[in-house]
Amino acid sequence: MSEEVKALESMIGEEYKYGFTTDVEYEDFPKGISEEIVRELSKRKNEPEWMTDFRVKAYHAWKEMEEPTWFNATYKKPDYENLLYYSAPKKKPQLDSMDDVDPNIRETYEKLGIPLEEQKMLAGVAVDAVFDSVSVFTSFKEKLAEAGVIFCSMSEAIQDHPELVKKYMASVVPVRDNYFSALNSAVFSDGSFCYIPKNTKCPMELSTYFRINNMESGQFERTLIVAEEGSSVSYLEGCTAPMYDENQLHAAVVELVALDNADIKYSTIQNWYSGDENGKGGIYNFVTKRGICKGRNSKISWTQLETGSAVTLKYPSVILQGDNSIGEFYSVAVTTKMQQADTGTKMIHLGKNTKSTIISKGISAGRSQNSYRGEVKIGKKAHGSKNYSVCDSMLIGQECGAHTFPYISSENPSSSVEHEATTSRVGEEQIFYLMQRGISEQDAISMIINGFVKDVLKELPLEFAVEANKLLDVKLEGSVG
Amino acid sequence: MLEIKNLHAVVEGEDIEILKGVNLKVNAGEIHAIMGPNGSGKSTLSKVVSGHPEYEVTEGEILFNGEDITELDADERAHLGLFLAFQYPVEVPGITNRTLLREAYNTIARANDREELDPLEFEDYIESKLDVIDMKDEFLNRSINTGFSGGEKKKNEIFQMAVLNPVLSFLDETDSGLDIDALKVVSDGVNKIANDENAIVMITHYQRLLNYIKPDFVHVMMDGKIIKSGDISLAEELEANGYDKMEKELALNGEAQ
Ligand SMILES: Nc1ncnc2c1ncn2[C@@H]1O[C@H](COP(=O)(O)OP(=O)(O)OP(=O)(O)O)[C@@H](O)[C@H]1O
Ligand SMILES: [Mg+2]
Repeated sequence: MSEEVKALESMIGEEYKYGFTTDVEYEDFPKGISEEIVRELSKRKNEPEWMTDFRVKAYHAWKEMEEPTWFNATYKKPDYENLLYYSAPKKKPQLDSMDDVDPNIRETYEKLGIPLEEQKMLAGVAVDAVFDSVSVFTSFKEKLAEAGVIFCSMSEAIQDHPELVKKYMASVVPVRDNYFSALNSAVFSDGSFCYIPKNTKCPMELSTYFRINNMESGQFERTLIVAEEGSSVSYLEGCTAPMYDENQLHAAVVELVALDNADIKYSTIQNWYSGDENGKGGIYNFVTKRGICKGRNSKISWTQLETGSAVTLKYPSVILQGDNSIGEFYSVAVTTKMQQADTGTKMIHLGKNTKSTIISKGISAGRSQNSYRGEVKIGKKAHGSKNYSVCDSMLIGQECGAHTFPYISSENPSSSVEHEATTSRVGEEQIFYLMQRGISEQDAISMIINGFVKDVLKELPLEFAVEANKLLDVKLEGSVG
Repeated sequence: MLEIKNLHAVVEGEDIEILKGVNLKVNAGEIHAIMGPNGSGKSTLSKVVSGHPEYEVTEGEILFNGEDITELDADERAHLGLFLAFQYPVEVPGITNRTLLREAYNTIARANDREELDPLEFEDYIESKLDVIDMKDEFLNRSINTGFSGGEKKKNEIFQMAVLNPVLSFLDETDSGLDIDALKVVSDGVNKIANDENAIVMITHYQRLLNYIKPDFVHVMMDGKIIKSGDISLAEELEANGYDKMEKELALNGEAQ
């Protein structure tokens, strides 16, 4: 069993030896979903009427929709009537020192190179006064406020910036876009709201903020980022440490809006619990992520490192509406054990001279299935547009699968679409070659994998690139040979 | 330095025996050549000696400086100073030659309690080795063998040999695929690397190579065994008469054991 699995399984095992008890505070909120429940949820969150209406409409839309089955994954459908759609934020148990944390978890953190103070926060250990997360958090908030950047939870935004939320929420991902976006629209718990004013470069990577604050992401997360004319922002969600959540279904919606000359970079590291060797347990990660390059010369770039979850369905997309706008998608998707990932992107070219780049690297090991699904659409008016796609798959072992589903359509003859795809196997020959040069088997495998994903990982914020490499090592440890 | 005694090897998990009792002794300061028809087991011998997991030794032993190395992993054998220049060098995309060599050099140094080189020191060191076979430094920045021409791959093997400075090197058909000028440059390089303390075993089909790198011994391998050993005149005899005739003569004299 790999270290990660061991760490996780002891983290969620039945004997909570190291204090990882789940002190769920039972609410008097009923299970299941209905109009009443949606209204009650909105009421508990103290939401204005327009928001309640939005949710109720979304609920009825969802009721009429069918759960999709077109993707390359099989799973047991969640029992929507048996889910709890509202819960107060969970409290993490506080431990006195790292010594109280399960050594397996500690080892995983160390292997990932996570700084000690952050390890403590992740594991729920009390942090030193010098590194009081509240004070660091406050100073970040001040810095952002000085620059005029609004960065708050979605719940706060609904209260404090209703005009912005009304204007942009569901403007990129319509409620009825798909089954899970409709469900999310009805019952979203919370998420982040980020607004970068005109000609402002966000003074810090918003990743840093997350690292320190360790925001808990909810089951139905909703994120909205608006970059006004000439502004730029880099945002990172997730972290390399393995994350466990009792909610099996995660259906988030992320919307990005880039106006003239604006630039949004959105990076994700996803390492949710992926279930055991036999496919038992694990998170369903059904996310709708879409950005619109609304303005001229705007740019949206998605970078993702997906290593966790039992089933992932996720296609971060860009609508290239403004002339000369740029859309990018850089992805590494790793599946091991019984994981299933069906992920990719859509690049919809509408404006003139729009460009998109897709670089997708899939690594499959164990008995997993890894599919890339990519759509490139060039509209009638998208003169002189270009797409370049590379889609490489690497197989480790004999029992896994990699699949590529490209969908290309062009209605404009002055545009070009280029698609390359390769599939290779981490071969004994490569490993032997490196070992013959004196390199250990483990290092050889890690070199081969890191070489394979290099073009994508270099797009991640620098501070995460090294950790991301290590995450891959830990994740694939013991998969070969 | 190297002593192979009655070595039998099969393909792991299968019943195919490929090496059927190889005997070979190599001393420090010597250069050996192994010749033999296609499929006779030359590459397999070099891979079994360097620890390829695809083969299993079923009988006999491989002694390296007196130590039986048959149970060691490939990297452990490399740490002892074994090097194999591959007949078909493998491509590893995304990892530069420089990174591979620095990792390899320092890993071997660590295993032998020698001092590791920091990136700057290593840069000086590796630059100095480029001259040995007249290699352009842009190759340092390229991914291992990726997109290299056939000849460039072979050259790169010898460059790695120059950097890692092994005790015993197997060169598996390094000459195949090299143009006439490159063959000369590479041979000069090998001659520069060869000294009294190391040893080289070349596998080749062509006597031409032996004009550039003079072997002390020539062995003929056939059907998984070394059937005849001698000096360079053996290679000349082969060039003139071919393997078939030699095999028949040996059979006649009952020499093939
Ligand atoms: N993994 C394997 N599985 C099955 N047969 C193998 C395997 N490896 C080697 N062989 C067989 O063993 C024999 C010897 O192969 P080897 O590559 O050692 O020959 P060689 O002498 O190097 O030939 P060449 O001069 O053509 O390079 C061949 O018949 C080959 O097909
Ligand atoms: Mg051969």
